Amino acid sequence: MTTELIRLLAFLVGIIAFAALNAAYLVWVERKGAAHFQRRIGPKEVGPYGLLQPLADGAKLMSKQLLIPDGVDPILFKIAPLMVLVPAVMSFVTIPFGEHLAARNIDLGLLMVFAFASINVLGLLLGSWGSANKYAVIAAARVISQNIAYEIPMLLTAIALVMATNTMNLNEMVSLQGGGFWHWNLIKLTFTASPLTPIAFLIFFTTMLAETNRAPFDMAEAESELVAGSFTEYSGMGFGVFFMGEYANIVIGAALTTVLFLGGWQSPLPFLPNSVVWFLMKMYVIIFTVVWIRWTFPRTQFYALLNLSWKVLIPISLVNLIVTAGWLKVF
Amino acid sequence: MAYFNELYSGTKSLFIGMGITIKEFFKPVVTLQYPHESLTMTARFRGHIELVRDLESGGNKCIVCGMCQKACPSGCITGNGEKREGVKGKVLTEYTLDFTKCSLCGMCVESCKPAAIQFSKDYNLAGPSREAYIYDLLKRLEEQK
Amino acid sequence: MSADVIDKSLETFVLNLGPQHPATHGVLRVKLTMDGEYIVHAEPVLGYIHRMHEKMGENRTWAQFMPNTGRLDYLAALSYNHGYAMAAERAEGIEVPERAEYIRCITVELNRIASHLLWFGAFVLDLGGFTPLLYAFDDREQILDLLESVTGARLTFCYFRFGGVYNDIDDNFITGTREFIKRLRSRMPMYHDLVTNNIILIKRLKGIGPISQEMCRRYGATGPVLRGSGVNFDVRKHEPYSVYPEFDFDIPVYTDCDSMARYMVRMDEMEQSMRIIEQGLDKLPEGPVMAAKAPKILKPAKGDYYCAVEAARGSFGIRLVSDGTNTPYRLKLRSPTFSNLSLFAEACQGMLLPDALALMGTLDLVIPEIDR
Repeated sequence: MTTELIRLLAFLVGIIAFAALNAAYLVWVERKGAAHFQRRIGPKEVGPYGLLQPLADGAKLMSKQLLIPDGVDPILFKIAPLMVLVPAVMSFVTIPFGEHLAARNIDLGLLMVFAFASINVLGLLLGSWGSANKYAVIAAARVISQNIAYEIPMLLTAIALVMATNTMNLNEMVSLQGGGFWHWNLIKLTFTASPLTPIAFLIFFTTMLAETNRAPFDMAEAESELVAGSFTEYSGMGFGVFFMGEYANIVIGAALTTVLFLGGWQSPLPFLPNSVVWFLMKMYVIIFTVVWIRWTFPRTQFYALLNLSWKVLIPISLVNLIVTAGWLKVF
Repeated sequence: MAYFNELYSGTKSLFIGMGITIKEFFKPVVTLQYPHESLTMTARFRGHIELVRDLESGGNKCIVCGMCQKACPSGCITGNGEKREGVKGKVLTEYTLDFTKCSLCGMCVESCKPAAIQFSKDYNLAGPSREAYIYDLLKRLEEQK
Repeated sequence: MSADVIDKSLETFVLNLGPQHPATHGVLRVKLTMDGEYIVHAEPVLGYIHRMHEKMGENRTWAQFMPNTGRLDYLAALSYNHGYAMAAERAEGIEVPERAEYIRCITVELNRIASHLLWFGAFVLDLGGFTPLLYAFDDREQILDLLESVTGARLTFCYFRFGGVYNDIDDNFITGTREFIKRLRSRMPMYHDLVTNNIILIKRLKGIGPISQEMCRRYGATGPVLRGSGVNFDVRKHEPYSVYPEFDFDIPVYTDCDSMARYMVRMDEMEQSMRIIEQGLDKLPEGPVMAAKAPKILKPAKGDYYCAVEAARGSFGIRLVSDGTNTPYRLKLRSPTFSNLSLFAEACQGMLLPDALALMGTLDLVIPEIDR
């Protein structure tokens, strides 16, 4: 009993530390990445390679006044950033970082991640609505319809995976992908379940970008159109927590992509030992790709974004679902 | 069919774009780290004006004709001179530039017959107050010795 | 366009776009009446950076107004220098040496490329893409370095004089310009691959923001906006001035009338400007850069003078009324973006907010030039 409690506490601290550290240093990665994509240097003054920049940013945000403008709903306004951050942190509970390194090995782990992931939209909506700002409300309306549109293809591709692997337990899903990179779902399922799996991977990745409100689907912020979208009225740590939530969501999205398609903590070659390092490496490659995409493309138009989901992603993921079902039935 | 064509060409265009940015990612940076490194200004760079040193006498070349004052569109130059015994022409006693109004157009330098003023190469100017930008160019010339 | 045009049954709200908004590039304010994300009515509000340039002109000597012309459209200052210098020369009857005219054309076209590059970057930034802006700036810096070596300034140039130019260009400038053109030629395909052919950009621009020929005529739109609506009009070709008739170049015209057409016009114009510069450098004659008989103090004969040039944003006209004294009696500036902006209110009706911002981006607004 006590060991269980200590285990839980350790994981709680670990997860929060992991999420916070990632959120802080992803800002650094993003800034450095953006700089080099644009052939600049990026942060370099605070610490070696600007590595202390996130601390300086954090100190700055914390020392700033939490401005609560007139006319806002004070409760919603304050609670909204937490509603974005907390579910994101909660989703970490079931992510298997290593073979035995997961806070909770839940049989319905995949479902739980999706369940928590859909709460953060609610946080954005309430925050925008509560801040009584027209730009924020426009952004909130966009984010809601975007998330509804993109959750469907995301779940459809996930269902196809679950059908093929027969489990919703994330750790088990990773275990099934052991023995070299050709056993990863991305490649393995192409032969055993559905030849459309690489496309399913692309769809999953795209919807992941959209769900986490990342460019080119960053409707929640939409800087050049909506000033700062949902965050327009937020200052200081209110804004900071929103930001941490956003980055925690990206980590979750990347981790989930790794677990579902890229074999989680399994090593790419059979003679190398499995380890948490592989998981982290894969995850950060995906995160780098996310950064890379952000600094390459212009933002999509809002209805083009919905068209993409309803006219392209959903039909294709449905086809993928049917093909998977047929394939599994025939072979 | 057009649907699939667009899908294909669209996806391809996205990958081409990503290819370009990743290539740029590994190229060297093009920016100059300003406070640590700085550029030398080109010969024709127009900074604020300064008096030219007369190499023979060590003073200035100004003949106090007042042309620069007249040429200046914003009226930022104030110059004064006096007659002194034993010296031909007038001697410059005051020459101030109100840099807060100056637009660096160079009309004064162009109008100066004896070429007594020139553009300085100072470009990183910062000061705590408005008064810091009212330059006493005569004093500046003396301090430069 | 009064407020009662708005259907009262719609549940609308007013959105103040600017004067502090990332997409208005300066202090433009647009009062938008919105129905959800659709624009019902738009009203541009100007005057936040009004500096009375026209009145200043009346209180200065002819030469003293020259620095002001560089501060109207600070992105293509040399075109404005050119317009004013030419108008005054026409008034006074000064002949400009041929070498000076060539130098003027070369530098103006360089400045036009710089302006279009900045527009390109800022426009993609409006659409949410940050990186192309920095690439464009990298190229633009090269132009600014070149121009700095000749004019001494990087942005608000004041290089032309009545009767010629201030400084002669040197061999460094000529080789530098040739190198730059080679560099930009090799970079253009990259811009097209990264931005023009990008499906996201095409989706955002194709068929969006139509401006009909008729609307352009009504509002007096000029420049790339007009040429994107299928009207072949360019002051350089149709009211030739300086040595432009000596050059062989095309006027890019697109008939689609949408944002993409205006985008393409500007991208193609950069290529044409490069052609002009190359020809100019090849043909550059020897000789003085300042008219020998140019008077120091201008006193044009009584009369009314007008001169128009093709600036980066359209036809910039300058009307001078002289009463025979050393200051202009009246100095009227016809700035292209003022006309281009005025059609925005009509063009953006019924559009979605992001589309309207894309449309505004293609108008290439420089607010100090609108307000003057």
